[in-house]
Amino acid sequence: MSLKPDDVRNIAQLARLHIDEAVIDEYAADLSSILELVEQMNRVDTSDVAPLSNPLDATQRLRDDSVSESDERDKFQAIAPDVADGLYRVPKVIE
Amino acid sequence: MARGVGDILQGLESGEFSSVEITQDYLERIERLNPSLNCFISVTGEIALEQARAADAARAAGEAGPLCGVPLAHKDLFCTDGVRTSCGSRMLDNFIAPYDATVIAQCKRDGAVMLGKTNMDEFAMGSSNENSYYGPVANPWDPARVPGGSSGGSAAAVAAGLTPAATGTDTGGSIRQPAALCGVTGIKPTYGRVSRYGMVAFASSLDQGGPLAHSAADCARLLQTMAGFDQRDSTSADTALPDFSAGLDGGLAGRRIGLPKEYFAEGLDARLGDVIQQAIDELQQMGAELVEISLANIDLSIPVYYVIAMAEASSNLSRYDGVRFGHRCDDPADLEDLYKRSRWEGFGAEVKRRIMIGTYALSAGYYDAYYLKAQQLRRLIKQDFQQAFTRVDYILAPVTPETAFEIGAKANDPVSMYLQDIYTISLNLAGLPGISLPAGFVDGLPVGMQLIGNYFDESGLLAAAHAYQQVTDWHLREPGS
Repeated sequence: MSLKPDDVRNIAQLARLHIDEAVIDEYAADLSSILELVEQMNRVDTSDVAPLSNPLDATQRLRDDSVSESDERDKFQAIAPDVADGLYRVPKVIE
Repeated sequence: MARGVGDILQGLESGEFSSVEITQDYLERIERLNPSLNCFISVTGEIALEQARAADAARAAGEAGPLCGVPLAHKDLFCTDGVRTSCGSRMLDNFIAPYDATVIAQCKRDGAVMLGKTNMDEFAMGSSNENSYYGPVANPWDPARVPGGSSGGSAAAVAAGLTPAATGTDTGGSIRQPAALCGVTGIKPTYGRVSRYGMVAFASSLDQGGPLAHSAADCARLLQTMAGFDQRDSTSADTALPDFSAGLDGGLAGRRIGLPKEYFAEGLDARLGDVIQQAIDELQQMGAELVEISLANIDLSIPVYYVIAMAEASSNLSRYDGVRFGHRCDDPADLEDLYKRSRWEGFGAEVKRRIMIGTYALSAGYYDAYYLKAQQLRRLIKQDFQQAFTRVDYILAPVTPETAFEIGAKANDPVSMYLQDIYTISLNLAGLPGISLPAGFVDGLPVGMQLIGNYFDESGLLAAAHAYQQVTDWHLREPGS
């Protein structure tokens, strides 16, 4: 699998990364060599194998739906780049 | 100077020195040696001395916890309340964690003293510690060489005597590989044994915290503090926590050790192979029985691992958006520009490569071919191990294909760097515990040996490693001596 510059631009857009045009070819080559490595997986037929997502085959544990954490908004917002009146500020999205 | 955790506890208990005194010794040593080794991203001297004073007071009052007054260093991906937690990334260079990871909280509970936060590959992605925003770490055995990664700062700090022990994390070998390359002992516990709460996430189904120290006995002490069920980690294992130190004297007589033929084939440097063969002979003399086994799908571990790790990483790292914490770009034109430039500027090259491959593997049309396929192969790899463990108590393997390589030697070839993880990543896929311990030297550089245990048998692994360390002295060797 060899990725073309446009593939790299598309992946960068999906990942919300502002890729510099100057490094697109470099990324295309690096990502293609990783995909080439990954392609070895096709050697084995796995059509009858159930996928394993948790190594212990564990399922999500449930708990009672009760309040267990306290409100720490001020503490968390102290490390935010830009806040006002308890809200996170971002560039305007609606004119 | 007392070197290990056990020595320090003895010194504190007998009154030979106080925690403040030993902490000051380590802080002075860090001040002297860290500028050249670069093991620490942050040194927390004031906190350390405050904790040491409290530990001395607790001990005087007869309230000493198991690690009371013992200085430790923490990998800089464990969140530490009020202290920068950078994860080796520009993205989190300004991130002052607002809470403690469970591992950190438990170290505090047991009286440990925090010397500082150790260097690492950015977001734990790397096998050489060269991917850190804060620069590479030098291997104390040869400063021109890498210490391994991603817990390279922790391993090098222990080897250089800048801390008696340290915490680390292991997603594909990130405790065991740097332990091997720096000549220290490190254990990756069973998935779920140590809480992931407050550990900056890389690949959630693989990540696992554990200790690096001078001996299996010290690892047992640290693991006792780090491990345990945690309601705050949804994959934490709700199983009984054994007394790891009490189990150390289990010995090796009559235990069966499997040697996977696939691991002793091509790819392993012959000189490392000789060192490991000597260790195998030693284990046999100690009464262990050796059995050849096969792990048929093990050669697919690398592609399977990289698909799963990168897919999970791309998902986990989507949280870094320049909005709530972490790096934000200057003058964003709009919200999309804010996301895209903050992320492009905040992440280093390897992290961006992995996010992009992971995004691709999870994208519409490719999910089945990559992510699902990797998860199916993951089950086959796990089954190979399960089958082997019906016949043996432990599996023995190398940790790395070669000794520590020179800084820069593999920096421009991501795939050759990934191949360094050949012997370590299959355990993370299967969720099994593994320990790396010093087994000898090649050209003055440490060589590690890996023992792999069955699920939740960290006690057995620590006992086997301890037995080996009772009859060998590789783990006592120090760089520059």
